[in-house]
Amino acid sequence: MINLSPRILWSVPLLFTGFWLAAQDIKLTLSGGANKPVIALPDFRGTGEAQALMNAFNAKLYTEIENGVVLSIAPKGMYPLTVPQTPADFKPPRVGPGNRPISQGPWLTDWSGSPVNSNYLAFGYAAVQNGRLALFGFLYDVTQKDVANAQVLSKTYFGTLDEAGARDVAVQFAKDILAKFGGTTLAGSRIFFVSDRSGAKEIWSMDYDGGNQKQVTFYKSVCISPALSLDSSKMAFTKLMPGTPSIQILTDTGRRLPFVNPQASMNATPEFTPDGNRVLFSSTLNGSFANLYIANADGSNLRRLTNTRAVEVEPKVNPKTGNDVVFISGRGGKAQLYKMSIDGTEVERLTDGRGEAANPAWHPSGQFVAFAWTAGLEPGNWSIFVMDVTTKNYVQLTTGARSENPSWAPGGRHLVFSRTLGRTTQLYSMLADGTGVKQLTFSGNNEKPAWTKGLP
Amino acid sequence: MMSTAIHKKSILAAIALAGLMIAPGCKKKVPPPATPSAPVKSDAPAPVQPRPSISFTAEPSSIARGESVTLRWNVQNATSVSIEPGIGSVAASGSRQAFPNSSTNYVLTATGPGGTATASASVTVSAPPAPAPTPTKPPSATFSERLSREVNDAFFDYDKSEVREDARAVLQRNADALKAILQAFPSEVVQVEGHCDERGSAEYNLGLGDRRATSAKEFLVQLGVPADRLKIVTYGKERPQCSDQNEACWQKNRRAHFAPGQ
Repeated sequence: MINLSPRILWSVPLLFTGFWLAAQDIKLTLSGGANKPVIALPDFRGTGEAQALMNAFNAKLYTEIENGVVLSIAPKGMYPLTVPQTPADFKPPRVGPGNRPISQGPWLTDWSGSPVNSNYLAFGYAAVQNGRLALFGFLYDVTQKDVANAQVLSKTYFGTLDEAGARDVAVQFAKDILAKFGGTTLAGSRIFFVSDRSGAKEIWSMDYDGGNQKQVTFYKSVCISPALSLDSSKMAFTKLMPGTPSIQILTDTGRRLPFVNPQASMNATPEFTPDGNRVLFSSTLNGSFANLYIANADGSNLRRLTNTRAVEVEPKVNPKTGNDVVFISGRGGKAQLYKMSIDGTEVERLTDGRGEAANPAWHPSGQFVAFAWTAGLEPGNWSIFVMDVTTKNYVQLTTGARSENPSWAPGGRHLVFSRTLGRTTQLYSMLADGTGVKQLTFSGNNEKPAWTKGLP
Repeated sequence: MMSTAIHKKSILAAIALAGLMIAPGCKKKVPPPATPSAPVKSDAPAPVQPRPSISFTAEPSSIARGESVTLRWNVQNATSVSIEPGIGSVAASGSRQAFPNSSTNYVLTATGPGGTATASASVTVSAPPAPAPTPTKPPSATFSERLSREVNDAFFDYDKSEVREDARAVLQRNADALKAILQAFPSEVVQVEGHCDERGSAEYNLGLGDRRATSAKEFLVQLGVPADRLKIVTYGKERPQCSDQNEACWQKNRRAHFAPGQ
């Protein structure tokens, strides 16, 4: 302590600054960059019976674009009073005296100029066609000089003539808009999780926004650690009792698929390879420590991946490469996050040795891993972190209440996780930068969410 | 198989239903009382009314309990016929299956304008061999009692599966007790359960619980407890015995526990 050289003292703030920039970097990448395109979303109107459904449409469109994260929405209060409903409504301004433009009707600069300052405008209208709701949707790049070059999207969407149909049409339109910016809606994705609300820990599922919660398993036992295949057609989980912890696999329709568990005192924390053909898991098969194994999806062709005198669980395969595996190992003393090749070689520790790490979850890009970590805190004080596995730079997304079990939404711009407040654990979603936290479950205790990885 | 069983069941149900429908019907079909005959002229001779004649059998005359007997009867010159016990009013001729529980003397009573007549048919019912005596209470209760009385939990440090000094003493006493108990109950197995406190992750704790159970088992086996009578089960942190959030409670949950094997 006494012999600290000036050089070391000098380098500490530098290191810290370096870390801070790296963390911001991750946040910016995950939240869609610093300078997101701005979109104006004026309220759409409808003719005849369609008008009654437009509140539902406008609200859903706004939510979906907002959740899509890739665009900023220009504040509605700034919008011009005359809103185009079809491309024909645009009227180029006339050149007046002194070359000053004189407005002839709605024009692109109404939206690109101050005070709206948007890059894009979504507009259109709804009508009833053959008893169905028809939505004529347009997306224009309002920074263009003329209407001919401005059109980015022009499409007609159909839905049932009710509020559900209006919301469905809004989702379709939002999906097409977001796709232009590399984003996606979450509509249609589901979250599988563990709930004890029936009196036993069973697997449940719900819509991405917490709606439509359904019980999936009925074992009256303890079911934990659900894992979905990349195409969401299969779910694997760990079942305790009766007997020793074992791996169970179900189809998306709830049919049980055969999986031969090794004769071991514990088989747990299953994970599918991206092709769905193999399962990685933790087993005590060859000795008294839970180590990592890989087998075919039916349990055949079993192979050992790690061989340590330490507890090793939660192997997770990079969804992009199918090659790298992150996992939790106590081989250094405390549970830390490690990475290896899927053949068990090239093992590397990712966390810095402090605290305990758990629940790694690959970002769909295969570049980042979200996980729970106590970092420098007392045991049990878990927070959600995201690490760039190449640079090992990381960013902390939650603080305070115990937060665990992160799972990425399709598109990788949202996370679902569990948070324990007092004696109750519930599921929450948040944006990948840690903002926009929303509670999704309210009944019993709910934990271990697994978000479907693709969209139907 | 399933469909056959269901089919059989529905047939049985239909028969039972038909029986229910017929039974009250029979009672209702008691012939109405004979309409009063026209006043008999004093000079006319009174007609001779024959007494009812009865043929009544029960076959076979001796059965084992649970088997059936067939009652057959044919009665003439009667307006009402009944069979007791257990059958009631019947038609003038017919047959009926009965399942008497004990030896029974069936009596048929026929009443007609010419008077009342009875006939009887008896059935001897023999009891089937007595069922095997219910097995004496299995010793598992006592086994489980002895386990909970004589074998104690071994406790562990946070995130550790090494047997602590205080746990060594406990396990040494447990070893003696387990050897005696397992000798007294040669067909029983002891489940060594590994438990953890709630602070670690559920997944890591499954592995840690397995480690704790394994450490305890290895220690006991070194002291001569037969390895094949100790079965390891991890519960991770899924079955805590204490749910407060303080060290006293967490310590209670970081344990190897001994329970009857399943």
